[in-house]
Amino acid sequence: MRLYAICVYLFLYIPIGIIALFSFNAGRHASQFMGFSTQWYGKALNNPFVMDALETSLLAAFITACLASTLGTMAAIALQGVKGWLRTLFDAMIYIAIMIPGIVIGIATLIALVTVFGWLNPLLASLWPDGANPPQLSMGMPTLVAAHTMFTMALVIIIVRARLSGMDRALMEASADLFATPWGTFRQVTLPLIAPAILAGFLLSFTFSFDDFIIAFFVAGSETTLPIYIFSSIRRGVTPEINAIGTMVMGASLLLLVAAQLLLRRGASKSNN
Amino acid sequence: MTERGRKALLLAPAGIWLLVMLALPLLVVFVFSFGERGAAGGYVPAFTLEQYANLPARWTAFKNTLILAPLGTIAALVIAYPLAYFLAVRCSPKWRTSLLILVIVPFWTSILIRSYAWIFILGGRGLPALLESIGIDDVRLINTPFAVLVGIVYGYLPLMVFPIFVSLDKLDKRLLEASADLGSTPWRTFRQVTLPLSVPGIATGCMLVFILLMGEFLIPAILGGGKVFFVGNALVDLFLQSRNWAYGSAVAMTLVVVMLVTVSIYMKFIARLGGQREDVSLM
Repeated sequence: MRLYAICVYLFLYIPIGIIALFSFNAGRHASQFMGFSTQWYGKALNNPFVMDALETSLLAAFITACLASTLGTMAAIALQGVKGWLRTLFDAMIYIAIMIPGIVIGIATLIALVTVFGWLNPLLASLWPDGANPPQLSMGMPTLVAAHTMFTMALVIIIVRARLSGMDRALMEASADLFATPWGTFRQVTLPLIAPAILAGFLLSFTFSFDDFIIAFFVAGSETTLPIYIFSSIRRGVTPEINAIGTMVMGASLLLLVAAQLLLRRGASKSNN
Repeated sequence: MTERGRKALLLAPAGIWLLVMLALPLLVVFVFSFGERGAAGGYVPAFTLEQYANLPARWTAFKNTLILAPLGTIAALVIAYPLAYFLAVRCSPKWRTSLLILVIVPFWTSILIRSYAWIFILGGRGLPALLESIGIDDVRLINTPFAVLVGIVYGYLPLMVFPIFVSLDKLDKRLLEASADLGSTPWRTFRQVTLPLSVPGIATGCMLVFILLMGEFLIPAILGGGKVFFVGNALVDLFLQSRNWAYGSAVAMTLVVVMLVTVSIYMKFIARLGGQREDVSLM
């Protein structure tokens, strides 16, 4: 039994280990280890395409995480005690967002937005004063952030709602009885209690947006995110530079994951006291 | 401000966002699937069932998905179950949390990079070269259904282990002792006590993995090399290469419907098995 477990762990970690190992390969060829070197890290970090893609991904992930955690938390709080058609509508949309494959969300967003932009652009041009250049709506950073925010906001609503339902409602009622304004109750009672869930939602949203390939592939327009860059490089062949980028990306995701776990756990132990 | 007004104000941004970025796009796909392809690609409004009638042209993609998604789910289950059992029942509590985190960690790192790792291992100079050195020649692994299956199991194993672990962990260990005290063999205890009580976990794990596999694109794209492709790969081809939006929309609608139908049949089946479904979250 223990031997079996060891085998599964080897299966899980050997491929990751191989990538990390070969990212330190001194040789050009991806399949033979020729000695230790960090040259590929230098190459990757000095490659303007990689750095551009990294910047795009970080920016998209950061804006997505801010929007998703703010709007998602607002919705989760307001949804408490809401029943009827509004509740059904929200639950249905959250369920659909999670259930529908990412690829269908990607293509649906692409064709819907391209069609809407096709209607709006002539309209904008006709409304704009003569001589000035009217703005052209097209796929790019805003549409990428909008699509990522849609999905991650659904995740944040689920996470924060779970935390709220585990919370003692008497605390909020007590606060109201003691003449706190709704805003005061929120700031001094609710927010401190759900803060770990919001932060975990923020980090998950960031990680999702940063790692997502399939939705970005369709809606990012001319922008290249890091996963899109990696995917197109893989198509051209395996290089040690990609191994170095992959190792760095995995390391960064791990740090975020550990941070999210620690926050969730601290929140859990705090509410037990 | 009234309580109602405040709630409406808090809900509006998320609600509008979901309507514009989720409900509207899905509606567009539904409408477009009854349209026609424009001369230069794109979409021309029409009402025809032609796109749906043309679905058999992409039969291979559906066939591959409908074979490899269930097969991948079962393979992941077979490999995950003993590990989940070990973690929940056999492993010392001192190590349990760390070992569990070690299972989940790979799931939160990029699936793109993890699939790419297998190009190394299954590619010409990886395992095939190793096999050749012990006398087994001409083994092709990369760009085969086997490679895609390995990628699937590797990618989704954590998602299968976790819900099974949760259901086994909740299981009252005194039941196992009672069964043993009453003279059951360990195998019989497992078959008649442990396994039936872990059905909710198995059901959740299988459903999570199966749903994700139905829409899979990356793993076949990276490890199938254009020879083993899923519906997801056909969709990318239709929207980004041939720009046939109407037909692509029909394929996407069919994928969603097939997925919903399979999942609801599966849920009925599980309900009949007698295990009540429980929600298990990953975090």
